[in-house]
Amino acid sequence: MAVAYQTKFGSLASYDKGRVEPITDDVRNYAFSNCFEIASKSRPYERVVFGQNQVYVMEVVRAEGTSPWFTCAHDEFALCMDGEVEVHLVKLDAQQQVPDAEHNGAVLVEGEPKGARMGWMKLRRGHQGMLPKNCAYQFRSARPAVLIVQTCKGRLSVEKWTEICQTK
Amino acid sequence: MNAPTELAKVIASQPDATMGYKSFSLGSFKFARDEYFAHIRWTTRDGRPLSHTMDIGNFMRALMRDVAWGFFYGWVNFDHVIGTVNHYKSVDLYAGSFNGTMKEAGVDLLENFPTDQIRATFEQMLDDWTNEGFDPFAAPQETGTPYGRKRGHNRPAITRARELATRCVGLKGDLPLRTDERGAPVNRAFADVPQDHPELHPEPGFENEVHAFNLFAFLSRSQVTWNPSFTSVVKHSYMCPTTEEHILPIIHGNDRVEWFFQMCDEIHWDCADKNTGKPLARVIMKAGDMAAMPAYCRHQGYSPKRSMLLVWENGSPTLVYEIQKGEAPEVPVKF
Repeated sequence: MAVAYQTKFGSLASYDKGRVEPITDDVRNYAFSNCFEIASKSRPYERVVFGQNQVYVMEVVRAEGTSPWFTCAHDEFALCMDGEVEVHLVKLDAQQQVPDAEHNGAVLVEGEPKGARMGWMKLRRGHQGMLPKNCAYQFRSARPAVLIVQTCKGRLSVEKWTEICQTK
Repeated sequence: MNAPTELAKVIASQPDATMGYKSFSLGSFKFARDEYFAHIRWTTRDGRPLSHTMDIGNFMRALMRDVAWGFFYGWVNFDHVIGTVNHYKSVDLYAGSFNGTMKEAGVDLLENFPTDQIRATFEQMLDDWTNEGFDPFAAPQETGTPYGRKRGHNRPAITRARELATRCVGLKGDLPLRTDERGAPVNRAFADVPQDHPELHPEPGFENEVHAFNLFAFLSRSQVTWNPSFTSVVKHSYMCPTTEEHILPIIHGNDRVEWFFQMCDEIHWDCADKNTGKPLARVIMKAGDMAAMPAYCRHQGYSPKRSMLLVWENGSPTLVYEIQKGEAPEVPVKF
């Protein structure tokens, strides 16, 4: 008879955090954190860096209510880890795009986004959506949800490692 | 196999009269297998013969990853004695060079080979030593035995192409989604993972830009274990998720920092000093956990149930040289 397996996912309401068990090393070197714990203590749409590799980052976003409009000179990707999030997209007119094509990280759109409406998508747990470069995007979520964003470190990226990481 | 690989010279024996397997030579190293083991022999720098033995299943699973990943990033330790270091145009093969005790005793050996030469040798060894019914890419419960005398081959299992998206899985012209029809059914251990698609509401003309896919469903259909594949790309930032079951068949010592994000279930990592193998830490990761692997460590994961792991790499080709020059930190963040 086939064995039944239960796949364990985490959520804001229920997560079980692991840990570093040090032997001869400093646990801070592993920058160990948990996205649900971070999101449970974040303000809505705060972009908390929980992974950094030089200019590149992974951010945890607590999606709750309606976000500001963001834009970025490069692609970004959002992975939903809990809840349900709508992503609305606008093809920004040139004057509202980030002027420097090499600029890293997301920035806020000044005022209302101007340009063609591209449409929207709804992400549930496990769904990954593309946030194409030079578009404006807005997240909407009726109930608290958790997103992981693959991007570069920018002026909106919030670093608070001592608050989110295991320190001993 | 590509042309340069086929042209590279491989030194192989005739099949052994009893076991049926070929033996291989690469520089000063000799490789042979029997019913249970791989045997590696070399001559130490002061002229003494030395040998090392690995369980053949463990050896084949390690060899499979090293071949499929094109020698990967940095160190691919098959175990605590032998392995390879990728220099991206050439590859070191070593025995004991990153084992504190063997190094101190001076019995280690490291030789450098053009990538095409070592790849051709490893590909032929993998082909000759993989029997019918044994898939070195699968978890032990999912495949047949690696043991015994030579019988047949499993070429389809050992020649799978690495799956690399250039922007995002599912985009037009990019890496396609996995489906039953494409030969990618849901793995038994992920039978409960929802297979729904994200709701997409593109305006006319924006069908290829309003894009999302079910990453967890995509991963539930992975036909292999421990094989990071690209699903989304931001410049040199690569999301390389993979499904993990049993033991990572190699001990990976990266030449750069990498990060792990555990997306479901759990994995336990052994972390040790990259140069000596001395234990540093255990990292227990559960769903939602994130951890860096510092560039000074080597790591090996244990996954009791098939689990989804996001391996996150910075693939910048200049990074390894920045690390060597001390310009890139071995620890990603200080706090």
